[in-house]
Amino acid sequence: MAIELKMPALSPTMEEGTLAKWLVKEGDQVSAGDVLAEIETDKATMEFESIDEGTVGKILVPEGAEGVKVGTVIAVLAGEGEDASAVTPAPSPAPTAEAPAEQQKAAESEAPKSPAPSGTEKLAAKAQPAADPEVPAGTNMIKLSVREALRDAMAEEMRLDERVFVMGEEVAEYQGAYKVTQGLLEEFGPRRVIDTPITEYGFAGIGTGAAMGGLRPIVEFMTFNFAMQAIDHVVNSAAKTNYMSGGQMRIPIVFRGPNGAASRVAAQHSQNYAPWYASVPGLIVIAPYDASDAKGLLKAAIRCDDPVVFLENELVYGRTFEVAQLDDHVLPIGKARIVREGSDVTIVSYSIAVGLALEAAETLAGEGISAEVIDLRTLRPLDREAILTSLAKTNRLIIAEEGWPTCSIASEVTAICMEDGFDLLDAPVLRVCNEDVPLPYAANLEHLALIDAGRIAEAARKVCYRQG
Amino acid sequence: MARAASSSSGKPKRAPSKKPAAEPAANTREGGEKFALRSLQESFEKDRRFPADEAQLLHFYEQMLLIRRFEEKAGQLYGLGLIGGFCHLYIGQEAVAVGLQSALEEGKDSVITGYRDHGHMLAYGIDPKIIMAELTGRHAGISKGKGGSMHMFSTEHAFYGGHGIVGAQVPLGGGLALAHQYRDDGGLCLVYFGDGAANQGQVYETFNMASLWKLPIVFAVENNQYAMGTSVKRSSAETEFYRRGTAFRIPGMKADGMDVLQVHRAGEIAFDYVRGGNGPVLIELSTYRYRGHSMSDPAKYRTREEVQEVREHHDPIEGIKADLLKAGVAEEKLKDIDKQIRATVAAAADFAESSPEPEPAELYTDVLVGSY
Ligand SMILES: Cc1ncc(C[n+]2csc(CCOP(=O)(O)OP(=O)(O)O)c2C)c(N)n1
Ligand SMILES: [Mg+2]
Repeated sequence: MAIELKMPALSPTMEEGTLAKWLVKEGDQVSAGDVLAEIETDKATMEFESIDEGTVGKILVPEGAEGVKVGTVIAVLAGEGEDASAVTPAPSPAPTAEAPAEQQKAAESEAPKSPAPSGTEKLAAKAQPAADPEVPAGTNMIKLSVREALRDAMAEEMRLDERVFVMGEEVAEYQGAYKVTQGLLEEFGPRRVIDTPITEYGFAGIGTGAAMGGLRPIVEFMTFNFAMQAIDHVVNSAAKTNYMSGGQMRIPIVFRGPNGAASRVAAQHSQNYAPWYASVPGLIVIAPYDASDAKGLLKAAIRCDDPVVFLENELVYGRTFEVAQLDDHVLPIGKARIVREGSDVTIVSYSIAVGLALEAAETLAGEGISAEVIDLRTLRPLDREAILTSLAKTNRLIIAEEGWPTCSIASEVTAICMEDGFDLLDAPVLRVCNEDVPLPYAANLEHLALIDAGRIAEAARKVCYRQG
Repeated sequence: MARAASSSSGKPKRAPSKKPAAEPAANTREGGEKFALRSLQESFEKDRRFPADEAQLLHFYEQMLLIRRFEEKAGQLYGLGLIGGFCHLYIGQEAVAVGLQSALEEGKDSVITGYRDHGHMLAYGIDPKIIMAELTGRHAGISKGKGGSMHMFSTEHAFYGGHGIVGAQVPLGGGLALAHQYRDDGGLCLVYFGDGAANQGQVYETFNMASLWKLPIVFAVENNQYAMGTSVKRSSAETEFYRRGTAFRIPGMKADGMDVLQVHRAGEIAFDYVRGGNGPVLIELSTYRYRGHSMSDPAKYRTREEVQEVREHHDPIEGIKADLLKAGVAEEKLKDIDKQIRATVAAAADFAESSPEPEPAELYTDVLVGSY
């Protein structure tokens, strides 16, 4: 029986890839474990191994083909006793190196690769935030991914200040588990880009101690899920020491890494810790959405004399945004940003949910509802003024947060509206969050558990007393 | 629950030994200088390989092959988008789980490990269908599709997971051992962790308490030489993991984790010692993972030649196959076994692809036990 070799998904987020190189040719004998081809994903070049024995029959996708969708038949393998030259694949679109990617997409889109869309697919958003008024008009803008923006922020600060160094798991030789520290080892060497063992509690403490000793560490957590091992040092050692020492001991440290849900990694790897850290006096908590804020606020965080928890989002790393081409793009900590102006309802948000809030605002605009979207950017200290100013304009407010509803940032914003904006309110404040359960693995349940643009729009209609 | 491999009758049986394998006196608290880190290793070295008969060899072969084929299939389903998230394959390390678990007493002992857990479950005879169905996130999966590859459990088999946080299983295993001791049920806990996990502080906190309280626990370090992209020598000041319990007076053993007979023998010695009420043992199993850390690891930190060398010269399945052929088992018979296992795995994959996803209402079940 001929075996179809299909374009594999080589990472949780991969949808298509480049067939960089064939390491076998038609007629070659292969056994399980042989590397057949090299495939490039958005993050890396991976080897594609055979799991079967047989003879390579036809190669259907040539070397160099880009945008090959996951699941496309790329070659056929003849099994034992079969004539390799005679095997033919089941009819399927065979993209060639010349065929435009669009065409392939159209051909493949009918065949869903998983029975249900996973929850994180719906966290994708195309809507772009409005220009940041902090950036002087006429500044040249460049397109940058969030991943690159974060790396550039660290590199620039490391060039400026000898005391700044990066440490964490896989940050140096591996170039970062999510490639955020790519290239830093090469430029700054192992003294300033330090690979640690898997010992979060230990290196969070060492980082904090190094900050006490006058350095400016950037501690990367592979994800914030693993920072729970280390949260004692973040809270008890980093956050409180300045206070306890009567202002003698400064802890200028940045704890950074991805936070929030990732794709299909289930409960232990999918949490939003923003409310946890934002409840701690003595910490600064920043959670940017776009590349401009990621860069400008990370630079500010590194310069800050207080300990900063800097929450990124893995699903946003690959998104590109306009970033000001400035020698020193530094943004103010503690200031929210209006990413879309509107007059009927305010949607307060941060991190990945900002994209969803913008999408919801787009939909609402089509229905005649003008939504203002506020990206909090800094979660502690919270920009109360920005929230209340917008509320004074719209008199209606909802909060969109990719995280649990209970004791959330959304709860905190609601409290601010009750305490200081009660007279401004024309409707109750609503929280739009994930379901209040640990994140499940199954694609359909993950889909149900997570926030999306539809739910945000629905809540906005509700506070505007409009039917969808 | 159905056993995966075609026969289970070959499971090695042995009478529980009456006396501990080594002199516990050498490890008394007063022992001072006499504390012998290598006391168990010495008895192991006298006779490293478990003298398996043909049926036992076949059983080991079947179990390891089942894991290998299952994992290859899982890799393929991942490539097709049917499995999502992180998926850590056990290919190359089969001899460790099979060798150790076959030396446990079923129904008495407990097992706990990290996220690279498919092999340990298969070695326990858990139905490959419900494991595969968990990987594809279906209701028939062992965690109803809610846990996925990294979070699988079977209380029926005293398999306590399946944990996604590196090192977390070690103190949890300590707690399982405490429960064995507390209930005086004669069981022990076997806890597996990686060379990378071996650097977590909680491991040493557990070592101390386990030794202090003489908990019935065996710590098994699966040293596959890498923690993601970090080789052992780049992360560890002491790369001989069997010595890591020295400060806590835990005897250490080291076995070739690519030889199921050595692993089984080392397991027997350690388990006997622990059952004798002597407290914990630490075993280091040197092994190797052939695939990337998870499915999205480009594995640029090692050469293709390095992987090829292990595959060609140290493969645990090829090793036992050679033993079988030497024992006079016909090659045809082994081919038949492979065929059967491929069929078992194909059936598991079909089941995992075709069985339904959890009902939406499952989103809210199992959060709490009670209603309040
Ligand atoms: C506390 C924590 N830190 C980091 C991670 C990310 N991570 C998952 S597996 C892994 C490597 C572990 O290596 P090792 O213990 O040698 O086990 P192996 O994967 O080789 O079986 C890392 C860093 C995690 N899951 N938990
Ligand atoms: Mg390892």
